[in-house]
Amino acid sequence: MTEFTPVSGLIGGLMIGLSSILMLLGAGRIAGISGIYGGLLTPAKGDLGWRIMFVGGLILGGATWPLLANPLPVDLQVSWPIMLFAGLLVGFGTRLGSGCTSGHGVCGIGRLAPRSMIATLTFMAAAGMTTFVIRHIFGG
Amino acid sequence: MTQRNNMLQLILSLVSGILFALGLIVSQMVNPAKVLNFLDVAGTWDPTLAFVMGGALLVTIPAFRLILKRPHPLFAKRFYLPTKQDIDARLVTGAILFGVGWGLAGLCPGPAITALATGLLPVLGFVAAMVAGAFAHKLIFEQRT
Repeated sequence: MTEFTPVSGLIGGLMIGLSSILMLLGAGRIAGISGIYGGLLTPAKGDLGWRIMFVGGLILGGATWPLLANPLPVDLQVSWPIMLFAGLLVGFGTRLGSGCTSGHGVCGIGRLAPRSMIATLTFMAAAGMTTFVIRHIFGG
Repeated sequence: MTQRNNMLQLILSLVSGILFALGLIVSQMVNPAKVLNFLDVAGTWDPTLAFVMGGALLVTIPAFRLILKRPHPLFAKRFYLPTKQDIDARLVTGAILFGVGWGLAGLCPGPAITALATGLLPVLGFVAAMVAGAFAHKLIFEQRT
């Protein structure tokens, strides 16, 4: 069980939205995480710096939080092999489908792109069905 | 002038990355238990994450509209928007694979990278596998270099 926390959810969502707005307004870039780190694998001249800084900021934010407030609430739910398998699927799938929760879900829908709406509905449905199978059929 | 813009872009990217991470933490999107309880509509459903996406879209939808009316971004010559428009098999297959992975572990790319700061080894393993998956995609689909 986790507690329903709509207010902190909304505030966190606004912060994520604001970050995406800053990226588009300042640098003309979409704040899609899979695209940003994916671009690090195909280094193009003059296109690496901002990617490294953004990914660095993601890690720095995570590293700074526990110093100011509480430890990060990261409650892992599955075993090692499943973590690795899931990581492979996420890495491959987000590149094949050109985006993840941030790129399609926030920025793509933010631009009202039909492609991103379809992608978001698809990965939400696939994730929901996966959770259903694991928890209610295999009883994990 | 360009040098100055480059520097401003780098600072902005760092600040945006930090703000994004803090948003993921405040909303608890970084917590796999929270994510899986959001996805588990038939069980211990916790609708919080709908408010995260709602909060983000509440500001991005109007702001993006206004920003994209500008001739160019503040510190860059042009906007770098996705060019693909078609809804094809790759988009849907990729989204399904991603969804299955997300539904298994409760981690998507942003939260996974932010959660690296916990030093938890399974998170490190997840991110390493994620990068390997992205690399495999590159080897299979982006061979012309």
